[in-house]
Amino acid sequence: MIVETEGLTKRYGPNTVLSGLDLKVAEGSVLALLGPNGAGKTTAIRILSTLTRPDGGAARVCGFDVVREGAAVRGVISLTGQYAAVDEEQTGRENLVMIARLHRFTRSAARARAVGLLERFDLVDAADRRVRTYSGGMRRRLDLAMSLVARPRLLFLDEPTTGLDPVSRTTMWDAIGDLVRDGVTIFLTTQYLEEADRLADRIVVLHNGGVVADGTADALKNSVGGTRLDLTFSCAEDASRAQAVVGGVTDGPTLSVPSDGSAVHLHRVLDDLLAARVSVSRVSTHRPTLDDVFTSLTAVAA
Amino acid sequence: MTVSLTMIGRGVRLSRRNLDTLIMAVVLPVLMMALFVYVFGGAISSTQSYVDYVVPGILVLCTGYGATSTAMSVADDMKKGVVDRFRSMPISGFSVLTGHVAASVARNALATFAVVLVALLMGFRPTASFGSWVLAMGLLLLYVLALSWLAAGFGVIARSVESASLLGFFMLFIPYLSSAFVPVATMPSWLRAVSEHQPITPVIETVRALLTDQPVGSGWLALTWSGGLLVVAFGWATWLFRRISSR
Repeated sequence: MIVETEGLTKRYGPNTVLSGLDLKVAEGSVLALLGPNGAGKTTAIRILSTLTRPDGGAARVCGFDVVREGAAVRGVISLTGQYAAVDEEQTGRENLVMIARLHRFTRSAARARAVGLLERFDLVDAADRRVRTYSGGMRRRLDLAMSLVARPRLLFLDEPTTGLDPVSRTTMWDAIGDLVRDGVTIFLTTQYLEEADRLADRIVVLHNGGVVADGTADALKNSVGGTRLDLTFSCAEDASRAQAVVGGVTDGPTLSVPSDGSAVHLHRVLDDLLAARVSVSRVSTHRPTLDDVFTSLTAVAA
Repeated sequence: MTVSLTMIGRGVRLSRRNLDTLIMAVVLPVLMMALFVYVFGGAISSTQSYVDYVVPGILVLCTGYGATSTAMSVADDMKKGVVDRFRSMPISGFSVLTGHVAASVARNALATFAVVLVALLMGFRPTASFGSWVLAMGLLLLYVLALSWLAAGFGVIARSVESASLLGFFMLFIPYLSSAFVPVATMPSWLRAVSEHQPITPVIETVRALLTDQPVGSGWLALTWSGGLLVVAFGWATWLFRRISSR
């Protein structure tokens, strides 16, 4: 386990931000911490990256205690915070060389590392422009590149695509995907379910400072219920007549029937309706999205 | 060592590129000096030429201005999350403050150079020997270092760049309650008590005595104030910086 926490708590005045967080992250995996604003996602990352001290509980990163062995933890991790931590008045290249020098690269090694990262993150043309002139997406890419200078084993990404346009978001996702293939363990927070669905092996849903769900995207979706059949009729009366035959819930001319998603079940429903002489105009199957999961989980916990 | 040098490089580069601050750091003291010499100077009777009297005061005034921009740039770093990146790296976190302090000293050196140059054009005629110049500049350097660390501490605790700039108000105001512009003997007795015993007065008096080749009476006092302030301010700023992690 590259990250292990036990009963992590943190309070700010009267507000409990984390109320006993237990987490385990395997090396080489991608974990998404999902939750609304104020769920404690950023606080969890700040504690694990040694920026904030927990009030209670324990956390180990690569086997090092985050409180007592902070320096060792800092040697193996990298953090990309919510706000691009780049110097506006330095160029992209200068930012990268600076970080490399702070990691004690020699002057020439630092320059070489900067060139490599500029190429990898498609920033070569902008390399010698001040970051002030960069777009939001370029800034984020530079920020990520700066986090990779020292080749961390574990990378924390706090809401890596918040505020980005869809194209930049996809570019960031591709870049993160490349890192995963390189074997970097990624611990990310997000409020976008699509992002968690796309990037993470495992999703932990955080609500009011505690874990309310933990599993793969598919497992979470199944936990809310399997597939649903939406049958649409020509009028609401037909929908009610159909409800009397196959059950389910009506909403105007639409009837929703719980299903296991199999063709056999679909056949049986349609056959029953045919026998009852109710004609169906349209059928769609609906798999729950993470949004459904999220809404149902946070609704229960609230 | 590489870490500190890199941070110093960063501080100096950022301040070189922040043209507004840099221009103000040089132009403001020069304008203030012109104001004092040409506007107020005639009304302030003095046995020596007023420009000779006022130069040390102006030099100390610019350190206050420089300290303010230092506090503001530290506060800006704290706010922007750059500091979070540095603190999550395997380096001693407060080296980022070292960078700002070094930049502050560099800005002050530039301002001091400009003030002395313009003062010479305005009729400043220092009679100091080379040794006295070195001593005067050394004392100013010590004082600037102390003030810069103090400013760095303010930058760390300030909630915003705006509140960090409040420091400037005090820094620009305090020199007026000293012997910077008029001899304290001309002040009402209660104010004179304040002015004579605040740390800036011995610094100004010592620099003035050194530059005009007068006997240095308050040298040790100036050295003690500046050195003591440096030790306290450095300890305070780095302590504040380490303490952020418990938040």
